[in-house]
Amino acid sequence: MGSAYVPGLKVTASTVLRLERRLPLKGEVVVNAGDAVRWDQVVAHTHLPGSVEMINVAARLGLEPAEVPECMLKTRGQQVTKGEGLARNKGFFGLFKATLQAPLSGTLESVSGVSGQVVLRGPAVPVQVHAYVDGVIERVIPEEGVVVRTHGAHLQGIFGIGGETAGEVVLATGDPGREMQVSDLEQTHAGKVVVGGALVTRQVLDRAVEIGVRALVVGGIHDQDLRDFLGYDLGVAITGSEDKGLTLVLTEGFGPIPMARRTFELLAANAGRRASVSGATQIRAGVIRPEILIPHLDEPEPRAAEGPQAGEGFVPGAWVRVIREPHFGHLARVLALPVEPVEIPTGARARVAEIELVDGPRWIVPRANLELIEE
Amino acid sequence: MDKDAIRSILATDCGSTTTKAILIEKRGDEFRLAVRGEAPTTVEAPAEDVTRGVLNAVAEVAELVGRPLLDDQGNLIQPFDGTRGVDLYLSTSSAGGGLQMMVAGVVRQMTAQSAERAALGAGAIVMDVLSSNDRRRPHEKIERIRQLRPDMVLLSGGVDGGTQKHVVELAQLIGAADPRPRLGTSLRLPVIYAGNREAREQVQAVLGERTALEVVENLRPSLEEENLQPARLKIQHQFLEHVMAQAPGYPRLMAMVDEPIMPTPAAVGLIMQRVARERGISLVGVDIGGATTDVFSVFGGAFNRTVSANYGMSYSISNVLADAGLEDVFRWVPFDLPEGELRNRIKNKMIRPTSIPYLVEELMIEQALAREALRLSFDQHRLLATGLKGVQRQSDIASMFDQGASGHSLVDLMSLDLLIGSGGVLSHAPRRAQAAMMLMDAFLPEGVTRLAVDSIFMMPQLGVLAEVHPEAATQVFEKDCLVELGTCVAPAGPARPGRRVLSGRIGQTGFTLDQGQLQLLPLGPGEVARAVLVPERGLDVGAGRGQVLECEVHGGEVGLILDGRGRRPFTLPPEKAARLRALAEWNQALDLYPIGPVGNPLVGVPDRLAGEVTGG
Repeated sequence: MGSAYVPGLKVTASTVLRLERRLPLKGEVVVNAGDAVRWDQVVAHTHLPGSVEMINVAARLGLEPAEVPECMLKTRGQQVTKGEGLARNKGFFGLFKATLQAPLSGTLESVSGVSGQVVLRGPAVPVQVHAYVDGVIERVIPEEGVVVRTHGAHLQGIFGIGGETAGEVVLATGDPGREMQVSDLEQTHAGKVVVGGALVTRQVLDRAVEIGVRALVVGGIHDQDLRDFLGYDLGVAITGSEDKGLTLVLTEGFGPIPMARRTFELLAANAGRRASVSGATQIRAGVIRPEILIPHLDEPEPRAAEGPQAGEGFVPGAWVRVIREPHFGHLARVLALPVEPVEIPTGARARVAEIELVDGPRWIVPRANLELIEE
Repeated sequence: MDKDAIRSILATDCGSTTTKAILIEKRGDEFRLAVRGEAPTTVEAPAEDVTRGVLNAVAEVAELVGRPLLDDQGNLIQPFDGTRGVDLYLSTSSAGGGLQMMVAGVVRQMTAQSAERAALGAGAIVMDVLSSNDRRRPHEKIERIRQLRPDMVLLSGGVDGGTQKHVVELAQLIGAADPRPRLGTSLRLPVIYAGNREAREQVQAVLGERTALEVVENLRPSLEEENLQPARLKIQHQFLEHVMAQAPGYPRLMAMVDEPIMPTPAAVGLIMQRVARERGISLVGVDIGGATTDVFSVFGGAFNRTVSANYGMSYSISNVLADAGLEDVFRWVPFDLPEGELRNRIKNKMIRPTSIPYLVEELMIEQALAREALRLSFDQHRLLATGLKGVQRQSDIASMFDQGASGHSLVDLMSLDLLIGSGGVLSHAPRRAQAAMMLMDAFLPEGVTRLAVDSIFMMPQLGVLAEVHPEAATQVFEKDCLVELGTCVAPAGPARPGRRVLSGRIGQTGFTLDQGQLQLLPLGPGEVARAVLVPERGLDVGAGRGQVLECEVHGGEVGLILDGRGRRPFTLPPEKAARLRALAEWNQALDLYPIGPVGNPLVGVPDRLAGEVTGG
């Protein structure tokens, strides 16, 4: 059988990170290998093809489609300015000619004598890729992007919304189990990455946006509050493009769940440092989890953390988080891993782990319902 | 290799998350499943080579069967020499999200729908259907094409000799979008043109330079005729040449296999069609996964497949709730739960898709959602599995891919002979009766219908095997793949609560069934009984209203289920207490869950069931 454990979320105090920063299309890379970069620095840029307008010239000028090519005032590939004459019909015995004006500036891309349509393409749209994190350019991928190398703390959340941002880490509470209140937020949190406790509500989110908080990191949220905040219900977990003025990272899940103490303590230890945060989540093939990266460029690079470390998987003594009822969200230590499947209350037979919860009791839990806490 | 010399067959299915390998071997005169193995799929980073996962799964198979299948270099040993290797290796694939297509046709209900059926039948996920009359403005369609980045586009439109204008316009839209394929940033997007043959030159002029254009026969040569096979074969060919060839490790996998790799759903479609043809039956099959639900049907020889890309049990589970609505999900749940808590639980399942229900209460919620996911997917299937719209029926419909000409759904639940379920929530339900009940509640089969589940989801491998060695595929399908659950007997037609709806005999034993009742009669796997079914006036059990039906009924792991809960209409008691009572009675009749007696609300039960243990 394939192993059924859920790979854990990273909560690492010090590691080396390599981030690939790629353009959506080929373009130009504007930094060199070895350059030191800031999170908001442009490393590569390109132009996406402009928006396209199809114009039914035949219908607009009362022509047969086959007549359209000879009635065009511009040729294929020529630039057109908005309001400029694009095509003109022959009129009535050469009189009463009507001219069709270009609805936008751009390039005349095609003219069809079959459909009577022409295609105008607007100006190209510039696209920039930023470094996203403070670090050094390790490698340039010609025409496509770069690899930024940095080192520091790396934390993954379970779910998030909103794109990449960065700001100074501040704590809004000293208690990872506390549900966030509107009063926990202050004007000084503007432009910062604010760490809360167990739960964030719609009111707190609204207040954070109002103040100008860049990112919020909390344990959980009620789904209903998220729905109200977004204005729609998330059908599938593919996020990152939301434009709500705030990036949100949940470290535990939906509902009021205290932030895991290790996560909270690591964030607390990094208060005052600049964090790069992304809410982008994709829970399908090629899993993407939201993340918090906190460079420690003032410290030497850790030696043992060259590249990603393969997790050892479940072993007795490993720390795990329960990710399903009962005891959802609780931390525990693995005591034993029986080989044979065990019948659980649903009647299903599952491969299980025997665990000891932090507050004492021992349980048998399907391994599929445990998440490794990886360092 | 000579077909008769084949004794050992290895087949893999590379899914998005798991690669499953099965080994089929000849024992005496028949082929049987020997062992199966699985390993995580390795298309994504860090491995980025699908063959790693394949070889891991094969290594597990080798270990279980106790003989080497791979040499020291990790190559497959062929042929089987009695102690090492296999004779034949085949594979299907849906890794990396499968084959994602956009289709376009002139009229939504005609050529565009035919194109959609062609793409679905070839195993694709249809991301969007563009048509000249879909009410979107040209720039909106162009934006959409750009945004979706499909693997391939199928363009159809116009009957042969008909107007060219609209299909050329569609080609211009695609050209203007200048779409990029999802995989391989510098490649041209494969586009297949299967429209009006007179417009080929124009389409070539518009798309020839910008895309990897291929032209095949018109999939709708006339209004009365649908010819999907050339487009389907081309889609599968392009899938291998352009899409698969770009996916990490696939060139190597393509060199390993003895037959072309097939998209997983296309292979499932093949085995379904074969079974329907060989047994002379109509059937419906469903595969409910984490992200999508596929429905297949064969009625009157016409095969249809649909994929509901947003209904599934983990990644897409929130969509099921959103589209079905809270009330329809809750109607199957035999206890109370605050809405907010249900929402949180469903979202937590979405973000941690591999977790499994531990408490009975959670199992019930998941199975309630499964019923709705299946029902919604089946509704979508019925809408697409129709006859050709707006034309007179032709008398010589011979091809199995042809649709009837009525414009009505081809799905007829009264004539349905076999309903097959697969996917974790059905195949791995802790009790087989739960799978039977989910299928019954979601599909509402009428009259006499056999129910089955695919034991370990090996239909994809058997589908591709059926192309090479049909006998082997059929033997394994019958003996090892299908788990017969039994037969459902459900009279259709209106009846008052508590009134008699059906009576008769099963073998020598008489029975009566009242409206609202569910009964389970023992009839084990392999057992067949003669049934005399006497519906009450106005009700139909397969022979017509009020007509007696004499037939054979087949047993299974669950048995013979007499379902008096109603069809056309099927309703649950609207009042909550009555609904909970009815659910509890039905649960008890089929011994669905390990829970309390009838009438006992299940609130609080989970705590008592929670399996706390002490000590090591």
